[in-house]
This record gives sequence, structure tokens and C-alpha cells, in this order.
Amino acid sequence: MNQEDIKACPVIANHIKIALVGQPNVGKSMLINSVSNAHLHVGNFSGVTVDKTEVLFDYKDYHFTVVDLPGTYAFTDYTIEERVTHDYLCAEAYDLIINVVDSTSLEKNLQLTAELMSMSKSIVIALNMDDEAQKENIQIDAPYMSELMGIPCVKVSAATKSGIENLLDAVISVKEQEIQEAKLIFSEPVEEEIAVIVRYLRKHKYKAVNSYRNIAINLLKNNKKTYAKLHDDPIWTELQPILIEAAKHVELHHDSDDIKEAFAEEYASFNRGIVAEVVKQEITLEEKTLTEKIDSVLINSYFGIPIFLFFMWGLFQLTFEIGSIPMDWIDAFFGWAGDTIGPTIANDDIRSLVVDGLIAGVGAVVLFVPNIIILFIGIALLESTGYMSRVAFLLDGFFHKFGMHGQSFIPLVTGFGCSIPAYMSARILKNDRDRLLTLFIIGFMSCGARLPVYVLFAGAFFAPEMAGNILFIIYISGAILGLIAAKILKLTAFKGADEPFVMEMPKYRLPSIKLIWHTVLTKTMMYLKKAGTFIAAASILIWFLSNYPHNLLLENEYADKIEKVATEEEKTVLKNKLAEQLLEQSYLGVIGKFSEPIFEPLGFDWKMSVALQTGLAAKEVVVSTLGVLYALGDDVDEENSSLINAISKNISFASAIAFIVVIMIYLPCLAASIVFTREAGHIKYFFYLFGFTSIAAYSLAFIAYNVASFLSH
Amino acid sequence: MSTLNDCKKACKVKVIKLNAPADLKQRLISFGIMKETLIEVLEYAPAKSTIEVKVGKMRIALRAKEAELIEVEKV
Ligand SMILES: Nc1nc2c(ncn2[C@@H]2O[C@H](COP(=O)(O)OP(=O)(O)OP(=O)(O)O)[C@@H](O)[C@H]2O)c(=O)[nH]1
Ligand SMILES: [Mg+2]
Repeated sequence: MNQEDIKACPVIANHIKIALVGQPNVGKSMLINSVSNAHLHVGNFSGVTVDKTEVLFDYKDYHFTVVDLPGTYAFTDYTIEERVTHDYLCAEAYDLIINVVDSTSLEKNLQLTAELMSMSKSIVIALNMDDEAQKENIQIDAPYMSELMGIPCVKVSAATKSGIENLLDAVISVKEQEIQEAKLIFSEPVEEEIAVIVRYLRKHKYKAVNSYRNIAINLLKNNKKTYAKLHDDPIWTELQPILIEAAKHVELHHDSDDIKEAFAEEYASFNRGIVAEVVKQEITLEEKTLTEKIDSVLINSYFGIPIFLFFMWGLFQLTFEIGSIPMDWIDAFFGWAGDTIGPTIANDDIRSLVVDGLIAGVGAVVLFVPNIIILFIGIALLESTGYMSRVAFLLDGFFHKFGMHGQSFIPLVTGFGCSIPAYMSARILKNDRDRLLTLFIIGFMSCGARLPVYVLFAGAFFAPEMAGNILFIIYISGAILGLIAAKILKLTAFKGADEPFVMEMPKYRLPSIKLIWHTVLTKTMMYLKKAGTFIAAASILIWFLSNYPHNLLLENEYADKIEKVATEEEKTVLKNKLAEQLLEQSYLGVIGKFSEPIFEPLGFDWKMSVALQTGLAAKEVVVSTLGVLYALGDDVDEENSSLINAISKNISFASAIAFIVVIMIYLPCLAASIVFTREAGHIKYFFYLFGFTSIAAYSLAFIAYNVASFLSH
Repeated sequence: MSTLNDCKKACKVKVIKLNAPADLKQRLISFGIMKETLIEVLEYAPAKSTIEVKVGKMRIALRAKEAELIEVEKV
């Protein structure tokens, strides 16, 4: 056990460790957020949480540790995230389970509950979404339900935070009691067989921790663990024929040769019974629910996809239009900061470090915060309204043609924000091949950190009213390239049969402003924090590499020349020339010059080559590198010194297009590459990714450069 | 014999049998699609490649190919 684990579960008397289990999208993560001050990721689709997270908080005299687990429909290990849950429940130590269920869809949710009931663990049922149930006129008799099931059932709402204390009180009282046998009742044939097995176990005084009934149920269900345990026991020889007989009897009753299916039916009829007893729903006259009405428009076979494309287009228009308003202020602010702070520093080198290194580098990244915020809001809306699953539905047929799975859409969209969570969320894909394929494609979805580069170049080379469209085109063509790449990979590296596509479509929900605000704020703060730390450090490093070594010879030579010329204009020209030459012989200049031949066919000067290379650390560094390099290079005495102007002055249109293409495709940043390698499971995949993206980026940029050069002539 | 894939929009059917391979069958069952379940077809994606159905209160999307594995009868 490492240090952190010890901190996470202090061994004290009144400590309660809870595993939070439930089907996907029932509000587990939100429930934790509402009892503690955690901010777990919440979203309105299945598979938001893909890894376990522990959250600590205190209530009354108890220290609680709640473990948020990925949602699971049943104990089938269908996908990796479901396996995470199953493994946790079977192998880890915890005191009890809170089974979160969606009150508005009780019957389906209880299916998992029934499976949990045969685990011999204490359970408390949280009847979540009580607010929605009330709106839909669903009345649940919680005390009666508790009595029928032998499990405390508490109504809660994670959204309105009602009933939370009752839930925690119920947890405490369950913890104080002995484990109670849950009352799971089966059909007559199954009950008969259970009785036979129990009688047998009792006769032989079989020693076990679990009750005989529990063992009998697990044996009948073909539970591997129970089987293995009894298999080595002397009573097995006699027990085995009994079990075979019993299984036959049950299967006959269910007219199926699949004992799992038979038990699913058993559970379903038990649940139907419970629901019939405890749930009262006033019949509403409305034929169609609101969700169905919205669906009939949004996923209409004709309008669905155009509507989606329109939303996307709108988002990028807004990103550019609204984003550019505060951008001017931010630009002005950093310009002002440089002009004000600059003169107060006497030492030339330090002044240059602060103004040209730190302020130019960080400023170039912070400049794009407004754009990033709008993009994040868009993604947050997509995630929290329920539209995400609809788009996956709409695009599945299309994706399928390219060898991808419709559900890949979810990690791919996440990738527009940041590749790291996207790599993680690829876990919702069942099949390893599909998952790997998706991992390879995620990089084609341009992450938020790449947005600044696009905005910069779109702003520099296109009229403002076109720039939004250009952004849209960049993102769409990135996605299309991704699909083509997927097709190629599917035909070569990841050959194999198609996986089935079955996915739950959640209800549409109006996202709370607070939730959106919070998600966007957290992500934006992360971006700013990165600008203030990592990017600032990188900018300083780049400044050093581009300022040293000093070349006194060159400086003196130019000082003489500048002395000799008469007019101010000539002096400026010479000064600019000096700066340029100094930059070229700096460390970074040497590196850039060294790699220039490689990038020459794409039309990149050495500054662009360097920016691409530093961008491997983090994509934001691309703009900060350009910021530093162009701030140092030539804006001595320049009237209009903004980066956008420098770019449009120094870079040709064709080179700019090629540069955008490389940024769209080449290797994701360092942190993302690490996560990629971890999720893919082997270092070799990293090299594949590196080779694949490099070749694709280089050749497509080459084509783009030549086509653009040709067209602009 | 007809399958879920043969159903038109807004038609209501009852499941008779699942002909799916084991793990898909498990998944369908955990979504509540098993013998005797009532299913209503809600929407089709373009080119009928994917359909949205309603099972109980839950909406589920599945491909035409998976829908073919679900044997149903009209109610
Ligand atoms: N109205 C209402 N909505 C809720 C409530 N609890 C959760 N939600 C919404 O339900 C959706 C799912 O919430 P999550 O907390 O992400 O669900 P989860 O169970 O963690 O889902 P997975 O991580 O995918 O298993 C979100 O859109 C929430 O806003 C509730 O009590 N009332
Ligand atoms: Mg969750």
C-alpha cells in the first residue's frame, strides 16, 4: 500500500467505506458531489465515469469514504469500465454498497439490484431523481419497498439535494447492524431447487460464511467463484448430480438452455412484482413524452444530420465572433503590460526576458481564453443535455462505413476539449480493436489547445467574416481525415468483425447553469494555470535558447554600421537585420536551421519548424513560441506589433495552410501521449502512433502546400 | 417469423426469442429486452442503419443487424 492509499482510508473505529454502484447515468457521481464538496464529472450519457474515484467527507461522527464506480448494467464485464466495477466489488474491502437507482425507471434499475442482492453485502438503495419522479407523477412507497426487499430504500435527489441526510442516516444504521439477508424470491421451481440444495448443505453441515440459501442461489446461477470453492470439497461428488438436475429443471421451466437468461427472467419477474406493489403512477394523458417529441425532430432521418452540422457550424461562428471581442482587450492589456513594465527594468537582458519572453509567450496563450471558453461551453452543453447520445445514434451508420463504432463518437467529441480524458473514455468501447482504433483517431479531433493556432492563422489570413467558417472547415476536415484514417487502419491493422451497437438514449435534461458554469470554470482555470506555469516556463526556456549565445562580433559590427547611416529609417532596417541575424545564430536558431531542410518542402521557415517541435511538449507552446520568436525577431519600432500581423507579414498563405494541416494531424502533446500509451497498453502503440501521425501529417501538408501554392499563383 | 428490424415506425411488438450470441444476449437482457418484453419502434437513423426503440421507459439505440436477431410478434 502506498502513502496515498493510507491517507485515503484511515483505520479508525467509525469509518465507513461505501461502494457506489448503479446502472449508468443514474446520478452516482452527482450524488457524491452533492454530499461532499467534490466535483466529479457529471454528464447526461452512459459512461461518464470510467475509473474509480474515492471521495472523503465527514458526517455526524463518521468519516465516510465513498468510491464512485463506473455505471454497469449487469455483472457481465461487457466493457472495461464495467469490469472496473465488477472487480472492485468482488476483490476490494468496503463496508457496504449504496445502490443508486433511477426512480423514474425502477424496473430496469432493479435488475442490477437483484444481482447485488446475491452478494452477501449490506446494501442501501438510493432512489435517486426523486424530483423527476415527482414531476412525472410517479409515487414510490419507500418504506413498503424497504420491507418487501429487506433493504433500506431512501428517496433522494442529487439535483435538489433532498433526502441526502436520510440516506446517510440509513447507511449509518445499516453499518451498525449485522448483514441482513435480502429478500429475493424466485419462482416456484427455482425455490424448490434452492430448498433441495440448502437441505443437502445442511445435512452435511457445510461450513461457510455466507448463508446456505445464498450459496444455493450462486450455485444455481453458475457463479464461478462459488463453484470453484465447492469444487474442492468432498461433498462435491454428491452435490454435482443434484446441481445438474436442478439446472435442467430451471431451464425447462424457462424454456431456455441458458441459465443466465433464466435467472434474468427470474429477477425481472421479481422486480415486476416489487414495482407493481410499491410504484403508483398517475396515468398521464400525453401519448408522447417530451423527450420523444424532441427526438422526432433532432434525430429525424432527414433533418437530424443537417441540424447537427448546423449546431457545429454555429458553435465555431460563436467561437470566433464572440471570442474575438475580448481578445482585442487582452491583446491590448499584454501590450500595455509590456510597455509599462519594460521601461522599469534597467538591465537589457532581463527586460527582454520579461517583455519578449514571459509576457509575449504567456500573452499569446492567454489571448485565446475567450475562444476556449466558448468551445468548452459547447462541449458541456453537448454532454449535459443528452444530445451526445443522439449524435452517436445519427452518426453510427456513417461511422460504421468507416469501420468505427457509433459509440466512438463520445470519446471523439471529448477529444475536441482535450485528448487526455478522451483516451480514458474510449474505455466505453467493448471491443479492444474498436478501442485501439478509436485511440488512434482521437488525435485527429483537434483539442482545445490547438484552437489558438487555428484562430491565429484564420485571423491572419482570412477576412473576419470568413474566419468562423474556416474554423468550422478545419474541425470538420480534421474529423473527416480521422474517419479516412480509421478506414485505412480498419482495413490493415485492426481487421475484424463488427461489434454490436446497443446504447441507451438518456432523457433530455435541461442542464443546470451551475453545472455548466462549474465545468467550464474548472477547465478554463486549468488552461490558465497551465499558461501561468508550464507555458511561462516554456516561454522562458525558449527565450533563453533564442537569445544565447550572444555574438559580440556581430553586435559590434552592426553598431558601427548603424552609427554610419544617417536616416532613422535606415537605422531601423539595420536594427531589424541585426535582430534577425542574432536570432538565427542562437541555440534555437541553430536547431531550427538544422531541421529546416526537413520542413522546407512544406514551406516552413525555421521559426515555424521550431514552433512545431516545441509543440510536442504542449500545443499551447506553438503559439507562445511563435509569440516569442516574432516578438524578438522584428518588431523593433513597429507600429502594429500584434502576433497576428507578424504572422500574416512573414508567412505565405500556402505555408500557413500546410502548417495548419500539420497541427491538425501530428502527434498529440506529451501528457496525452503518455495517457495514450497507458490506455493502449503497450509502448509499441506509441511508436505506431508517432509513425502514423508523422507520415500522415507530412504527406498531407506537402500536398496542401503545393495545392495552395498553385492556387494562389 | 418476423424480426424487430421488419417493424415500421411506431409499431408495437412483443419479443419471442433472442437469437443473439451469448454476450450480446446478456447485454440485451440487461437492457430489459427479453422474452415477453414489449417494444415500440420510435425512430430510424438515415438509411435505416440504426433504430431507436422504447423498452419500458427506456430508449435504446441498436443497429439493424442487431435488431434482426430479435424475433418478435405483433401485439
Ligand atoms: N433531475 C435530476 N437529474 C439528476 C439527478 N441526479 C443526476 N441527474 C442528472 O443525471 C445525469 C447523470 O448523472 P451522473 O452523475 O453523471 O451519472 P452517473 O451515474 O455517475 O453516470 P455514469 O458515470 O455514466 O455511470 C446528469 O445529467 C445529471 O445532471 C437528480 O437527482 N435529479
Ligand atoms: Mg459517474
